[in-house]
Amino acid sequence: MSFLEGEAMTGGYGGADIIRGCDLAAERGEIAVIVGPNGAGKSTAMKALLGVARLRSGSVRLGGEDITALSPQDRVGRGMAFVPQTDNVFATLTVRENLEMGAFLRRSGVARTMERVFDLFPAVRENRDRQAGALSGGQRQQVAIGRALMTEPAALLLDEPTAGVSPIVMDDLFERMLEIRSAGVAILMAEQNARQALAIADRGYVLVTGQNRFADTGAALLANPEMRRSFLGG
Amino acid sequence: MAVGFGQSWSLALAVLNLCLISALMSLAVNIQWGYAGLFNIGVMGFAALGGLAGVLVSRPPVPAAWAAGGVGLFIALLILIAAGGLALALARHLRRSRWRMLAIAIVMLAGLLGARAFFDPATDAIEAVEPAKTGYLGGLGLPIVLSWFAGGLLAAGAAFVIGRIALGLRSDYFAIATLGISEIVIAVLKNEDWLTRGVKNVTGLDRPVPYEVDLQQDPRFVDLVAVLHSRSLEALTGAAHEAALRELTVQFSSLFVKLCYAGLFLAALAVVFWLSERALHSPWGRMMRAIRDNEIAAGAIGKDVTRRHRQVFILGSAVIGVAGAMLTTLDGQFTPAGYQPLRFTFLIWVMVVVGGSGNNLGAVLGGFLIWFVWIEAEPAGLWLMQALTSGLPADSAVRAHLLESAAHMRPLVMGVILLLVMRFRPRGLIPADR
Amino acid sequence: MPPDLLNATILLGNYVVVPGVAYAAQLALGALGITLVFGVLRFANLAHGDLMAFGAMATVLATWQLQAWGVGLGPLPTALLALPLGILAAIAAALAADRLVFRFYRRRRSAPVTLVMASLGVMFVLNGVVRFIIGPGDRQFADGERFIVKAQEFKRATGLAEGLSIKTAQCLTVIIAIVTVVLLFRFLQRTRTGKSMRAYSDNEDLALLSGVNPERVALIAWTIAAALAAIAGALYGLDKSFKPFTYFQLLLPMFAAAILGGIGQPVGAIVGAVIVAFSEVAVTYAWKKFLYYLLPEAWRPDGLAQLLSTDYKFAVSFVILVLVLLIRPSGIFRGRVL
Repeated sequence: MSFLEGEAMTGGYGGADIIRGCDLAAERGEIAVIVGPNGAGKSTAMKALLGVARLRSGSVRLGGEDITALSPQDRVGRGMAFVPQTDNVFATLTVRENLEMGAFLRRSGVARTMERVFDLFPAVRENRDRQAGALSGGQRQQVAIGRALMTEPAALLLDEPTAGVSPIVMDDLFERMLEIRSAGVAILMAEQNARQALAIADRGYVLVTGQNRFADTGAALLANPEMRRSFLGG
Repeated sequence: MAVGFGQSWSLALAVLNLCLISALMSLAVNIQWGYAGLFNIGVMGFAALGGLAGVLVSRPPVPAAWAAGGVGLFIALLILIAAGGLALALARHLRRSRWRMLAIAIVMLAGLLGARAFFDPATDAIEAVEPAKTGYLGGLGLPIVLSWFAGGLLAAGAAFVIGRIALGLRSDYFAIATLGISEIVIAVLKNEDWLTRGVKNVTGLDRPVPYEVDLQQDPRFVDLVAVLHSRSLEALTGAAHEAALRELTVQFSSLFVKLCYAGLFLAALAVVFWLSERALHSPWGRMMRAIRDNEIAAGAIGKDVTRRHRQVFILGSAVIGVAGAMLTTLDGQFTPAGYQPLRFTFLIWVMVVVGGSGNNLGAVLGGFLIWFVWIEAEPAGLWLMQALTSGLPADSAVRAHLLESAAHMRPLVMGVILLLVMRFRPRGLIPADR
Repeated sequence: MPPDLLNATILLGNYVVVPGVAYAAQLALGALGITLVFGVLRFANLAHGDLMAFGAMATVLATWQLQAWGVGLGPLPTALLALPLGILAAIAAALAADRLVFRFYRRRRSAPVTLVMASLGVMFVLNGVVRFIIGPGDRQFADGERFIVKAQEFKRATGLAEGLSIKTAQCLTVIIAIVTVVLLFRFLQRTRTGKSMRAYSDNEDLALLSGVNPERVALIAWTIAAALAAIAGALYGLDKSFKPFTYFQLLLPMFAAAILGGIGQPVGAIVGAVIVAFSEVAVTYAWKKFLYYLLPEAWRPDGLAQLLSTDYKFAVSFVILVLVLLIRPSGIFRGRVL
């Protein structure tokens, strides 16, 4: 049994089911990546783990405990952190305030965590007194991840963190993911850039129309000929 | 209506007439809110424009006033138009810069001051013409029923301008813009004496129905009364018969006039109701509802949402204008100071919400019901206060204050009704079918 | 400076600057409340004017009681002592309205227009309560020294033809407004709760993910907005006089100020209030005398040189509102576009 685990998840946002019987898992110190075509339910699957999308059946477990009935806020309180794809920073707050808000529920050790985020993302440190809305797309993404890390999460969920950033910035972001992983965090991300993401993934999930199509290690998926033909463009 | 019956026929009819007008206004707001989700809280302004039409259409013109200030007003108007045109041309043709804003501001300022140089003496001259009786330009001297159409047109014109500016933004902006325009309309009506006589009011407006006095003189009308009351009159003879007949004639003439009004208003309400029902069930109405239920989707399939909203806004405002003109007709006078937002805007909204937004029948029912509650809230409040304070000594200050304040129960009652209906019966008394 | 120029300056100060500053301060406090409620609760609160009336009413009643007891502040108006009570009353009213009305729609995530409509109902109720308790008429509750600078004394002291008068209420308005605004900004910028309010106003979903409690934020927003409303209402009443209906009429200039500054932007609300207040005063002021001092004889105007009569002061706010909507709907400080 993995640290973060969604089992046979079926549900959506109140209308038709978007994910149907989907399984996901991430272990501490591992990167799990969800890939798949547009509209496959990657984001929804991730939001189901977080509790934003509603499940009709299936369950979510964190550290062996069933958290299916908990609200997103309660899940955050238990060590999950989420970086949405868009609107993922407080644009009118300064970068430092963004990080402080990330640590809203914590009373101690905030300064130390912030120092670690600054070490991880030097650009965030440089811009700490600027408004987050004034930063470039890549820097804003770093602030967003930094904000999520301020809770010292055990599991970090990211929804397409590299959407709309340049390839150089993408490589850099993936670089940082590996660093975060080495601190023992379970990382789960939904990604459009399947090839690059699977290259750093310990596990990969391929979702099609809300169902698991493949699940294997990242390297195995990259090597799988059918996978290459259908999802990686040859 | 039972209480109305209990009090007197005449009173019941008076209440009925206002109910009919309220129902028309509520129908109009329902067209805007129920069909298109427009939150118009400037009902009062449109109703007042309708009332203004009553004056401008039916009053005889005042030639002396035209002679005194007509030219000056005309020149002032020309200057304003010229300044506006020039400012617009500057806005179009100059490059965007600080200088453009400055140039436009200077042109507008000069235009305003120039216009005032002609406007002020002209209006002073007009207002000096027999100030106790006229002191304004008068109207066209046409039958007052025509003002119902004119009122509709005037209100529609105002709606067109506001719609251009504020529609397409979120509902909050739109609401505040309509609130603002209605306050300004009232300010204009109160202060531009040359147009409306301002707070001096215009009284003695024409009637579309006969006068009581004329009816009492008309032998045919007296005969009609005699026939209607033949049984009770039979028992009397001579002078007693004469006196009783005269008494009955006076009573019935006032009743008859109110009945005539009721007939006219009912006809107007029926026409508007029929037209809006037709519209609701036409392809246009279905499209409107589709837009209301999902603006984004409607926009995505190529419907010009803002344009449709403008249409509905103009239509609804025109109906409010008609109702406003009808109200002035019924009152026989135009009193700008009488326009209170509580009575003319917010009360109408309570009617719509209570009736069931989106449903025409509901709006009409809400109009009747809420007007009735509005009328009865004051006596009921007074009665309640008397009952509550009956234990207190007669000269108690608290008791006097409470009795005196009973009149202010109205907004309280209306607010509570609105909140309760919104919360516990959000679709109103007669829910719209989906 | 030549005496004419000096006289013109004093004239301007007396009739435009002093009343304009006081009015701006009152509007700013009201507009701040509107913009805060808008930023956090996401709807235009039409009941804000009547909330001001309610707070002011409580202040008036408390002032009368204090006056009856013979308690006063000497030269300062007794209303200052009564103001805390007015603030508490307004907060109680706002929290009651939130608990009984707004919370229901907030939890259901109703469309903003539903909340606006509910605020209409709350406005009705507050309006009724105020008129029920204190009546619709004008109420005087100012006492103490009416003027800090009297026109006559000023003339005697300076030997100028024009006098400058500053009312105690105007001076107090500005001082209290500045103190309040400074406290508010310190709260919003420095404290954890204040930051969480700004964060919630900026990005609700992300704030929820960060563990911000929406009910707590709503509670604080209402508390602050109501306190500001009571202060603004009492100061306005002290400066002019207390009459319930005028507070309803203040809605338009306050909204114009909030939207002009950028909705949800506290700094914007203040800048907007200053612009609206001074436009109103400048447009409705008769410049005749001022121009007499400055222009050569041949250029002097015949008329009052007044752009609009004071009856149309609300038209000024409206025109500003319309211009903002046409040119820059997000306002000066790029607030939330409605």
